[in-house]
Amino acid sequence: MFSRRKSESPEFKVPELENVPEAGVGYHIDAWWWLVVLVAGLIAILSITKPDPYWRIVLFVRDGIGVTILITIVSFVLMIFVGMLGGLGRLSTNKLINLVTTLYVELVRGIPLLVQLIWWYFAFPVIVRELGQATHISFLANYEANAIFLAIFGFVFCYGAYMSEIFRAGIQSIPKGQMEAARSLGMSYFQAMRHVILPQAIRVILPPVGNEFIALLKDSSLVSAVALADLTRRGREFMAANFDPLQVWTMIALLYLVMTLFSARIVNYIERRTKIER
Amino acid sequence: MRGVTLDVKRGEVVVIVGPSGSGKSTLLRCINRLEQYDSGQITVDGILLHGAQNINLVRQEIGMVFQSFNLFAHLTVMDNLMLAQKIVRKRSTDEARKISMDLLKKVGIPEKINAYPSQVSGGQQQRVAIARALAMNPRIMLFDEPTSALDPEMIKEVLDVMMDLAKEGMTMVVVSHEMGFARAAANRIIFMDEGQIIEQGPPNVVFTHPSQERTKRFLSKILDH
Repeated sequence: MFSRRKSESPEFKVPELENVPEAGVGYHIDAWWWLVVLVAGLIAILSITKPDPYWRIVLFVRDGIGVTILITIVSFVLMIFVGMLGGLGRLSTNKLINLVTTLYVELVRGIPLLVQLIWWYFAFPVIVRELGQATHISFLANYEANAIFLAIFGFVFCYGAYMSEIFRAGIQSIPKGQMEAARSLGMSYFQAMRHVILPQAIRVILPPVGNEFIALLKDSSLVSAVALADLTRRGREFMAANFDPLQVWTMIALLYLVMTLFSARIVNYIERRTKIER
Repeated sequence: MRGVTLDVKRGEVVVIVGPSGSGKSTLLRCINRLEQYDSGQITVDGILLHGAQNINLVRQEIGMVFQSFNLFAHLTVMDNLMLAQKIVRKRSTDEARKISMDLLKKVGIPEKINAYPSQVSGGQQQRVAIARALAMNPRIMLFDEPTSALDPEMIKEVLDVMMDLAKEGMTMVVVSHEMGFARAAANRIIFMDEGQIIEQGPPNVVFTHPSQERTKRFLSKILDH
């Protein structure tokens, strides 16, 4: 897409450089967007020139695309909050908060995401039901797993730990003097965090967080293992009925690719827009 | 620090000198509790710091200027000045803006209001930092080696601002190596070494007739150039 270099503020002119043309000024098309167009074009060409099976595949899996996007976006928004709390918790001087968040991060990072998702979907409801039976609380004893809810919860729980580490590292990368200056002016710890540290930390955090979004988009395919009809699952269902591994999986792969490439461009755009001069 | 007792009177300008590691910065930073101390007490304008329920309230009355300026990099100069005024002193935007403009004029760089810290020179950044501290109307200003990180040609502009401040009667505690400034502005010089106050007195006494041996040795190294 088009991008334009931000112009310098008026009082910052250097006389000797007045006549040198500024690099990158004006509009130029970011070359990477062509890749998105290319992949989208490939999908279109395949669907048009060979509607059977390609267009049939696209029609069959398109609701799966919606599920994939829904799970990814909802989980992502929630995990940002978990990451922020977790990051602050990891930095907390309160021993209990620090211990709890550290244990959380270590636990989550030690178990594969797929295993966690399966655990939430199959094991967690059993625990709730047994608890309900033991305490005679009927709505617990009759708990039925809601696939999408547990999938989102599982992603937020797992990715939240990784986000916590990203937030922690980002906050710690801000020089100590910034917090000292803010506190010296009479700001509370939370005021300093909100107005001084976090706004600066966000710019540091944005690139890895953007990467986590794209990783999440791909990992969302794991919900196919817990009976959720996302894009991957729909692909498997189509395959089970039509036995076309090459065509099906190539198309599924292209669909994921166009989504991740598109997301990567958005992330890149946001990164460039919020870049701060140091 | 090992057993330091210090009184600073309102309107007094105290300059603390000494070799590195002597505890000068630590002492200064104890005053607004940026450093914790193991025993003893600090009273600022009648408020006992150790028992201060809300350290944030006390810090509003103490202005601090750092060696590395510590301006908020993501905010313009104007926003740097206005931020604490608005969220700590709860002033309106208009009031804060007016006070900020007046202070920027006072420190000599009103044209920089919309610049970012990275776009102004070190000396200008430090003057903004002083203005930012003054914007909170503190009763006492602390300066932690304010010119030590500056290129030589920019030191004077900062010291001039500090001189003006001293002449206006601001209570100042300054840790500095700038002996010229100390001689001109200080009511009292304090020489510290290895965590203790070795000697203190008016500049013309301490600089020309120091009574302690350690003071003499330190001054002979500094005052020669």
